[in-house]
Amino acid sequence: MAKHPRIDLRPSPYIHSPLTVEKIMRNVVYALLPLVSFSVWQFGISALALILVTTFACLGTESLFCRLSGKANSLKDYSATITGLLLAMTLPPGFPLWMGAVAGFVAIAMGKTLFGGIGFNVFNPALVGRAFVQAAFPVAITTWTPALAPNRFVEFIPSTLALPFMKPAATAEWSAHVVDGFSGATPLALMKFQGIMTDSQSLFLGLTDGSTGETSALLILLCGGYLMWRKMLDWRIPASVIFGTAITAAVFYFYDPSHYPSPAFMIFSGGLMFGAVFMASDMVASPVTPLGIFIFGLLVGFLTVIIRLFGGLTEAVMYAILFGNAATPLIERYTQPSIYGARKKEDS
Amino acid sequence: MGLLDFFSRKTFPHGIHPPEYKAITQHKKTLRLPFPERVILPLAQHIGAPAIPIVHKDQYVVRGELIAEPSENALSVPIHASASGSVREIDLMPGPKGSKVMSIVIDTDPSSPQIPVSGKCQDYTRMTPEQIINAVKQTGLVGLGGAGFPSYAKMLLPKDRRIHTIVVNGCECEPFLTTDHRIMLEKVDDLIRGIQIAMKAVSAERSIIGIEDNKLDVLEAISPRLPADGRIQIEAVETKYPQGAEKMLVKSLLGVEIPSRGLPSEIGLAVFNVATLAEMGRLLPRQQGLIERIITVTGDDLTHPGNYVVPVGTPLQDILDNAGFTGQEAEIILGGPMMGLPVASFETPVTKSTGGVLILDQHAYKPKDILPCIKCSLCLQACPINLNPSELGMLANKRRYDVMEAQYHLNDCFECGACSYVCPSNIPLVQYFKIAKTLNRERHIQNG
Ligand code: SF4
Ligand code: SF4
Repeated sequence: MAKHPRIDLRPSPYIHSPLTVEKIMRNVVYALLPLVSFSVWQFGISALALILVTTFACLGTESLFCRLSGKANSLKDYSATITGLLLAMTLPPGFPLWMGAVAGFVAIAMGKTLFGGIGFNVFNPALVGRAFVQAAFPVAITTWTPALAPNRFVEFIPSTLALPFMKPAATAEWSAHVVDGFSGATPLALMKFQGIMTDSQSLFLGLTDGSTGETSALLILLCGGYLMWRKMLDWRIPASVIFGTAITAAVFYFYDPSHYPSPAFMIFSGGLMFGAVFMASDMVASPVTPLGIFIFGLLVGFLTVIIRLFGGLTEAVMYAILFGNAATPLIERYTQPSIYGARKKEDS
Repeated sequence: MGLLDFFSRKTFPHGIHPPEYKAITQHKKTLRLPFPERVILPLAQHIGAPAIPIVHKDQYVVRGELIAEPSENALSVPIHASASGSVREIDLMPGPKGSKVMSIVIDTDPSSPQIPVSGKCQDYTRMTPEQIINAVKQTGLVGLGGAGFPSYAKMLLPKDRRIHTIVVNGCECEPFLTTDHRIMLEKVDDLIRGIQIAMKAVSAERSIIGIEDNKLDVLEAISPRLPADGRIQIEAVETKYPQGAEKMLVKSLLGVEIPSRGLPSEIGLAVFNVATLAEMGRLLPRQQGLIERIITVTGDDLTHPGNYVVPVGTPLQDILDNAGFTGQEAEIILGGPMMGLPVASFETPVTKSTGGVLILDQHAYKPKDILPCIKCSLCLQACPINLNPSELGMLANKRRYDVMEAQYHLNDCFECGACSYVCPSNIPLVQYFKIAKTLNRERHIQNG
């Protein structure tokens, strides 16, 4: 034995699971990449530009605040990257880039840094950014452009390049020009205002118009499934959101099927699937207790349907999740797990 | 074992599956190491009052001789000389918990044949439960699985309690350790005798040996030798940490829960570790004291890892020399990688409840930055007690130790470390909880 080997002292346990925050976040980015690619394929260079702008806005804001607060640079934990990608996916593909940058800034500055950085945010930062631009730019955020436009890889959607605070170019004409008869309405709007149901299959495959990334339920499920399989995403959250949506929608549907959409439509339309799998499951802003997770999911699903039917459209999922985030501390408080060997009141 | 059987293996909820690392030593027969030059025997190798020395400096003692008597008024067990030689000193020496503890140091006599003294043979089948319990106390036996609780005290029951089943814990769920595994393969007769002694002492109707299903060779070794009356059974449960915690094993095998902060005897059970019962079965008939034990020496930087019989009190230095330690810088741990104690000195002795010496170098987990809790809920899914380590950790950060205790069941945490193991933010949760408990204890003492 060597004469004076050094002894390292450290408390137990001395081994650790290979899963780290950095690894989880990195894999979430991986899981988002197919969705990002799909939306670029669907919407062309405008979507690509938007995704890049929001992501870099988030990264830039994060590093700015890190420098201001003198904290170690937290870019390497990928969470700002995720916020940027998530944010882009919830915006309309022709969303003006400068507005995208504002959204990214607000997401990190107000959604995350204000609360103290990673781990302390009460709300999903991407949704905070989105909620801000929803209020600030109500027109731009509800201006939809057609998917799969033939010239999408060579030409920007006119609104994309709008200058700050200028009236964006009229997108509607452009849309009508590139795709004959484009109505500018998403399947949800068609359902609500014109009573037209898009069939669930095209919704499922994502061949419809909508936000940049919220359209292909199938792809979302595959990417989310990868994360769930790697134990990096808690399957219980999406499952209970979808369940909550389904039963709420079912109640209305059975009450009056001619008036209200079917549960399948509710699940596969708009941003529900994306919201359930990638947004509601933001670990920091959702409960940790098993019962709490279930209640949170049900609540988000329930609110989504209610807001869609009786309130706004595009923002239903977003508000439902933000509300769920806000309710999280309260939910957790009343859903603490009952421990092994708990004694009944009288004998303790 | 059919496939179906495998999938329906009994278990408890939650827990973790760390890598096992048992292949290093599990097929190695136990070997006896040469006697060290010196043995260091702490007076408190058990939970309870330290034993009281009855020898003096320079006195010659014989291996197996009683050298310290149990303290009379409290939980305590005697200590026997683990080597023949002369008492060098009775003084403060480095103890396994880090601080120095009162110990008897014996310089081994190199010319002694080291034949242990023993009393008259006694036949436990003709002894009363009281006689057995007293005889167990005289052996100095404590729980060899780690806690060091005096074995006789587990058999002493209040008048209104009865034990119907003895649970024999052969799980050895800590990664790396293989002593219990070897004992169950090599000492089957001692083990079965020990179980019968314990059953007689508490008048239990039956007993059940629980092993993890990574040791199915034990089933083959033990099943054919179980007594025909069927009162001793053996069953495999899922390999999962911390299956070997008594609360978990009881839940897995019998589906019952030991009440919060209570004892197994409240629900008619007593839980013993296999190594403890094997020693009971060996020592009691010969009226011998506990003077040696089997340990696993394993991990990194060793040319001869293995399972070794060593005298109690053997300093780590001797063990590492014999196992061929070649490292320059390492972590040395008494016990397993989940709950073991770090040691700071090569003089630290192996005590009655040391199950292994683990060296971690390449396998050591180099802790990285601690990040804030991201509320991933992995710790909740790991905690076998179903606590909320995430919330407890955040409260610890805010120093709300009172709330941790009053509202979040801090004192039910048995420090298994599963939460720390899974935490992707590297939060040393179990460390926080140990500190919180200590500070709470001090606060309670101050407040009377
Ligand atoms: S495992 Fe760590 S990061 Fe995850 S919830 Fe528990 S304490 Fe928080
Ligand atoms: S150390 Fe305590 S809180 Fe952590 S998993 Fe074990 S029992 Fe639960």
